[in-house]
Amino acid sequence: MSEKIKLTIDGKKCAGRPGRTILEVARENDIWIPTLCFDERLEPYGACRICLVEVKGAGGLLPACAAEITPDMVVKTSSKRVDSIRRTVIELLLSDHPADCMTCESTGSCALQDLAYRYGIKESSFKGEAHSYHLADDNPVIERDPDKCILCGRCARICDEVVGPGVLGFVGRGFDATVSPPYDRLLEESPCLFCGQCVSTCPVGALTSKLSEGAGRPWELESTDTICPYCGVGCTLRLWTRDNKVVNVTAPMDKGVNRGNLCVKGRFGFQFIDSPDRLKHPLVRGKDGRLRKTTWNKAISLVAERLSETRDKHGADSVGGLASARCTNEENYLFQKFMRAVVGTNNVDHCARL
Amino acid sequence: MFGSGAMTNSIGDLGYADVTIIIGSNTSETHPVISMEIIKAVKAGKKKLIVIDPRNIMMADFAEVSLNQRPGTDVAVLSGMMHWIIKKGLYDREFVETRTEGFKELKKVVAAYTPAHVEKISGVPAAKIKKAAELYAGAARANILYAMGITQHVTGTDNVRSVANLASLTGNLGIPGGGVNPLRGQNNVQGACDMGALPNVYTGYQKVADEGVRHKMEAAWGVELPEAPGLVSTEMVRKRSEGGVRAMYIMGENPMVSDPDLNHAGEVLKNLEFLVVQDIFLTETAELADVVLPGLTFAEKDGTFTNTERRVQRVRRAVEGPGEAREDWRITCDIATAMGYPMEYGHVSEIKAEICSLTPSYTGISWERIEEKGIQWPCPTPEHPGTPILHVGQCARGKAKFMPVEFKEPAEKPDRQYPLVLTTGRILTHFHTGSMTRRCKALDELVPRAEAEFSPHDAKRYRIKDGDMVELTTRRGSIDVTATVTEKANPGVVFMPFHFAESAANVLTGGALDPVAKTPEYKVSAVKVKKKPSK
Repeated sequence: MSEKIKLTIDGKKCAGRPGRTILEVARENDIWIPTLCFDERLEPYGACRICLVEVKGAGGLLPACAAEITPDMVVKTSSKRVDSIRRTVIELLLSDHPADCMTCESTGSCALQDLAYRYGIKESSFKGEAHSYHLADDNPVIERDPDKCILCGRCARICDEVVGPGVLGFVGRGFDATVSPPYDRLLEESPCLFCGQCVSTCPVGALTSKLSEGAGRPWELESTDTICPYCGVGCTLRLWTRDNKVVNVTAPMDKGVNRGNLCVKGRFGFQFIDSPDRLKHPLVRGKDGRLRKTTWNKAISLVAERLSETRDKHGADSVGGLASARCTNEENYLFQKFMRAVVGTNNVDHCARL
Repeated sequence: MFGSGAMTNSIGDLGYADVTIIIGSNTSETHPVISMEIIKAVKAGKKKLIVIDPRNIMMADFAEVSLNQRPGTDVAVLSGMMHWIIKKGLYDREFVETRTEGFKELKKVVAAYTPAHVEKISGVPAAKIKKAAELYAGAARANILYAMGITQHVTGTDNVRSVANLASLTGNLGIPGGGVNPLRGQNNVQGACDMGALPNVYTGYQKVADEGVRHKMEAAWGVELPEAPGLVSTEMVRKRSEGGVRAMYIMGENPMVSDPDLNHAGEVLKNLEFLVVQDIFLTETAELADVVLPGLTFAEKDGTFTNTERRVQRVRRAVEGPGEAREDWRITCDIATAMGYPMEYGHVSEIKAEICSLTPSYTGISWERIEEKGIQWPCPTPEHPGTPILHVGQCARGKAKFMPVEFKEPAEKPDRQYPLVLTTGRILTHFHTGSMTRRCKALDELVPRAEAEFSPHDAKRYRIKDGDMVELTTRRGSIDVTATVTEKANPGVVFMPFHFAESAANVLTGGALDPVAKTPEYKVSAVKVKKKPSK
């Protein structure tokens, strides 16, 4: 392991391994530097200029997300000059951004809103033409609103660098630049996998989940971290709930094997939880061959009686049990214990091979 | 050959490999987040990828070399690679000498598998086999990822052995970025295996046939336990005359969609003397039950899942379940108690503690320790940090033993009557028997129906257009399904997913099993196609 590099950020003595950026070391030391185009899942981009910091002796300002630390560096994350540039960046972005925060899905989790609030910018001093796009994305999961796009490129980069297909990219130039699938097509006409990684990285309200539209502001929701119910990767999911209903799923950046990444099932596959098809009562087949509601007591006694009967009459090995690759370890443990210790057979399996 | 069915390495270390082989895994659809780790490294120029698959899967877009083998010829392809590696002297001599045994036997068996010979068997050009072999063997760190494309064959065990032989031959064991990494398909299939939901082992793969282990369990559970290993699921779901069972308790499984040869499986399940199904929905299997018991989803309960890299992680309740539905473990406890064996636990953590006390590889993975972050087994003591990489310095069994295997044809080959090969599997948007994803409105809207994939060549030959309804028929049965014409498919091979009960692919699949693992050969069935008249 190489020696740590020592440096000073805002008067605080810090250290980091060679190759680390100013932003990474600052964050490790709980020093705030604003970012817009930065996502730790992506290669540094250094495009939005909001993370510029003053570095003694560096001549100009450096983007903290891309500039690597050097020995004895002295960094100032805030100064008159830095703050003035940040204000300009924010005002420029706001000059072509709808001021509909009261109904925007991203209110409460929008980096631009947070920055405008932090720097006290109520109105942009730049007046000019503003965009008004109309999109008819028909897909059921991802809502695109190019009017709100700040062209940070995060969605395009995550689709290319991490997911692979690179569906989103910059289309057009200058004021007419937008982010879209090639030839301005709709997502459903492109090789989009609908993983929603773009939604997860969008710092504003340009890409949002249709599933959680109107479901509640972040501060109105409760969150629970758990593990995805689908494939065996075991991604950490953050379930957002309100009134006993899961209304959104995200992935925390600092946790689990997935570190913020999810696929279409993990992110958008939660509607089955409160499906009207859920079984709510035990059922028992009547003499007419139909399944009917019954009580737990009756259901359990019937199961116990019939399994005991088969076992006693034909031997324990005439009974078989399938445990579940969907259930918990504890449930699987008890299930095999039940088959072995209570029924008395090793006829226990699950769909591991299927 | 050196351990049990789980990744030898960790998801976090997949990126470190200079070269990755993906064989029999449609990773971007079945394990998307793992595919992201691989793609990210390839795009950053840190990794070269070799993809071996009968279809032109998305991962092949990122591959340095992509090999399309005829379904069921994996042993031949892997033997061809080993042949070339040995011939060119590219194997890891030191590793082979100090850490393995049986090299001579392996060398003897693969001697016949020249790339030219393998080309004849598999259809993969000899030059590609050589290139893949050189790329893999030339890397300082290389790993292999595989999934059901390797295991769901009558030669599944042979396939796995070949994969392990290749990794051992090149010394890619016990190092970061190395290893043999089966990607397990379901959230807790690893855990269900680890917990002994298998007919021959208790928790942590402790054998039921081992008297010492059995006595330990008997002492802990207070009963006498059966000695003989039990039946696997496909053996239970057989006619009584063929050794099938009379009564079944099924928890959260849906064999009426996931079992092979569904017509047969359905007949058996309908004729059981008693069937109790515990599930969250009235699945195709639950519809046949005498008693249906409502359980809870992952979001409604506490517990643990174990992922494909052996990491035991906490599952947490976020919402309350509907109606009278109950935690699955409480239901099992109640049935046990009603059968005269009191099973009582106040909290799920008490069950976890019992697991730790009886399972050497889980001993140190206590409920409290994994509150924040999961731990990878083996974890033998409360202080042990867990094991991110298996077989460091030494394999579980001492030296890795080469298990050379000869190529064998699949159970069913295409013929005049059934001229195509059907191979089944998963697609990105749906999961297993579809009981959960088909009830997610958004997912079902994204992909509302099953599609059978035909190559442009076969489409032309059978006059099939994109969107046509076709009838697929095998020796087991027939189904109707929508056809799609795609370059993803290669001539002679039709793919379709098994998630859709209304076009149930498993009506078509056969009952042939791997003789050791007893896994059905889902990846190869001989099939014929007939275009349906348009309505």
